[in-house]
Amino acid sequence: MSFLDYAPAPESTSPLNLRDDYGLFIDGEFVAGRGTPFATISPATERHIANISTANDEDIADAVAAARRAFDGPWSKMSGRDRGKYLYRIARLVQERARELAVAESLDNGKPIKESRDVDVPLVAAWFFYYAGWADKLDYAGLGANPRALGVAGQVIPWNFPLLMLAWKIAPALAAGNTVVLKPAETTSLTALLFAEILQQADLPRGVVNIVTGAGATGAALVGHPGIDKIAFTGSTAVGRAIAKQAAGTGKKLTLELGGKAANIVFDDAPIDQAIEGIVNGIFFNQGHVCCAGSRLLVQESIHDEVVDRLKARLSTLRLGDPLDKNTDIGAINSRAQLDRIRALTAAGEAEGAERWTADCAIPDAGFWYAPTIFTNVSTSDRIAREEIFGPVLSVLTFRTPAEAIAKANNTPYGLSAGIWSDKGSRILAVADKLRAGVVWANTFNKFDPASPFGGYKESGYGREGGRQGLAAYLDAPGSTPRAIPAAAPAPAITEVAESGELGRSEGDKSTPAEARKSAPAAGRKSTGAKK
Amino acid sequence: MNASSPGQTVAFSQRAVAVLGGEPDEATLRRYLHGIPGVDAVGLEQRAASLGTRSIKTTSKAWALDKIIELIDLTTLEGADTPGKVRSLVAKALRPDAADPTTPRVAAVCVYGDMVPHAIAALGSAHGDPDQGLISVAAVATAFPSGRSSVDVKLADTAEAVAAGADEIDMVIDRGAFLAGNYAEVFNQIAQVKQACRRADGTYASLKVILETGELNTYDNVRRASWLAILAGGDFIKTSTGKVSPAATLPVTLLMLEVVRDWYRLTGERIGVKPAGGIRSSKDAIKYLVTVAETVGEEWLQPHLFRFGASSLLNDVLLQRQKLQTGHYSGADYVTID
Repeated sequence: MSFLDYAPAPESTSPLNLRDDYGLFIDGEFVAGRGTPFATISPATERHIANISTANDEDIADAVAAARRAFDGPWSKMSGRDRGKYLYRIARLVQERARELAVAESLDNGKPIKESRDVDVPLVAAWFFYYAGWADKLDYAGLGANPRALGVAGQVIPWNFPLLMLAWKIAPALAAGNTVVLKPAETTSLTALLFAEILQQADLPRGVVNIVTGAGATGAALVGHPGIDKIAFTGSTAVGRAIAKQAAGTGKKLTLELGGKAANIVFDDAPIDQAIEGIVNGIFFNQGHVCCAGSRLLVQESIHDEVVDRLKARLSTLRLGDPLDKNTDIGAINSRAQLDRIRALTAAGEAEGAERWTADCAIPDAGFWYAPTIFTNVSTSDRIAREEIFGPVLSVLTFRTPAEAIAKANNTPYGLSAGIWSDKGSRILAVADKLRAGVVWANTFNKFDPASPFGGYKESGYGREGGRQGLAAYLDAPGSTPRAIPAAAPAPAITEVAESGELGRSEGDKSTPAEARKSAPAAGRKSTGAKK
Repeated sequence: MNASSPGQTVAFSQRAVAVLGGEPDEATLRRYLHGIPGVDAVGLEQRAASLGTRSIKTTSKAWALDKIIELIDLTTLEGADTPGKVRSLVAKALRPDAADPTTPRVAAVCVYGDMVPHAIAALGSAHGDPDQGLISVAAVATAFPSGRSSVDVKLADTAEAVAAGADEIDMVIDRGAFLAGNYAEVFNQIAQVKQACRRADGTYASLKVILETGELNTYDNVRRASWLAILAGGDFIKTSTGKVSPAATLPVTLLMLEVVRDWYRLTGERIGVKPAGGIRSSKDAIKYLVTVAETVGEEWLQPHLFRFGASSLLNDVLLQRQKLQTGHYSGADYVTID
């Protein structure tokens, strides 16, 4: 026998206690959705896991109303310290149920258990811990004293990191004092619903977080609902664009985290073995279903052949298969639709003359799979160098000078992330300075930390998640948005603007919020006060 | 393995000349060793940690445990070593688990030079090539563990051990010379020791070059020293003496395996790797097997290309082996001390 054919080491599914049917989580309870339910399947086996409800327009209205009641009720009146306690409690419960959440995530999403266990779930807990700490320190978020929560946030998240994206959205929103209606992606609703159970366990006041499931129509109904004050969306650029149009002129605040086509730049003095690992981690982590994936490898021409050779050798050791096996490196593609898209784009790559190499690995019969693939001889005009593939496919391009590397890296409609590999610190700083990308990793890739803001340039979206900046996306500076008298002299803080009924917090501006809204309608968001 | 062909001396220097692009002197060595790509410590340690998360179960674990035993250099390197202690060590090497005769033998016993005759006498007919199920004798030499002695003394130390019948010589490099940047000095010492490994019949004892990575301190140094040792003719590169902390670590071993892999790509020649010191549990040893298999390939998991320098590791492996066979853990009193 070959040692490298490691005996199966499947993670046990025994911590999972799934129901057959899941309802919507509205106002602290699971309720049946009024749309047509759908099944969620395991992409690795195509086996049925559970039935998921679909929220129709009325369900959305209920969820938004519940969130509004919770905002006007306990949540906006609660001290930051107390909100923080709930967030800490959620974080601890996520840790307690880490194994269960990891197994559910791998089952429903198809990602390898080692990633859901070692990356996704620990980061989820880290995100809640981090923002729990912020809840009573909003005065220091950089917006001035007593920033105000926005109200009800409508959040739509993608299927690539289902629970982690939920944490990125919910943790800062709650810390800032907002309430939430969140819609997970239709293929990966399961962990969001388990998270709803955690919220019940944590005794979070009802309605503070509502989770509505369904497909695109449900998401459109949510972001189009007039009762929400803030839209946070992570997903494709096409949908993000549609949401931006829909939200235009409504006064809803909007943050978008969209696609990417990140350049991973390898200079000839790079630490070569670690660069190879970084390239692999950059594009084959999570089957390449990563918006910030390093899908364009820009390698200095002088070391191109060596890098490609080493990369092929390394890819040949990747293990594709059962996501629940602890030794699996590459799991299943999340859905048939995504697999079809990857196939279409790679076919286009071949048709345009790029040279394809695919790792030799056995593909299981059932489920959706795509073997790790690299394309060499790619030119900047090829579709595989321009469009986001969102799969385990790497396009290799070359450059000759740092200036050319920068020009090629920036030559994309996207700008979410980039990587630089070099032993020379001054070069790293100089190049990073010129890259138009929200995150630039140096001698590493796909590293996330709750304290670090994340977001894009250009078609990769706007707004930042994570860090202080991510908190600011859920806050209004006191007096800033509904500002009435721009020339107003710095005024002593007026405590308790009781008539606004918004937050019971002091305002930094002399004008009442009501006046402010009148005089600056264009800048005004949907005010909670106005709805009363 | 232990018998390199007589013509090899020439081959060693030719190999260095070909790779360096000139005679191995201070200038060529410095240019070459400083031209090797750097090592990113964070990335290296991450890769090692991720290899360490492989889950080796059931049949794979059973295979791995036996393989670990076959790759052990069972070691005693104490000032208090006596012929009796060495005989006891050899008995353990021959029959690691008194209760289970199916347990494989270790690859070699590793002792100080003056204990070589006692080890050979104790082994008797079991002395020989581990490929044939026999046990080799390895001797540390060259003023082990510090290496702080004149070249003549180091060479005499080596020659004496070889004359006494040692199959393998574990030498230490001159870390002082290395850290001072005198690469040619280190190179020449290794090359001379290699010559001192020559037996009367023209064959060579296998040479393991101990880098003492705990004293080299940086990964860049470890990588350069690994290349240097291979260029100078080492058959094996070994992490540590076991007398300096930290001894073997997974990242350092991974790095040395990467050098060995690159050397193979460059020359087609296979060099061995020996992590030594600090590997005490089966769980840790399995991580090393995984790292070898996934870095240089499974063919390196054989006594001529990979060894564990260890003593207490063996008993932990035996306990794990008993657990796999019986389904329950026994205890320290169910395996013998040597």
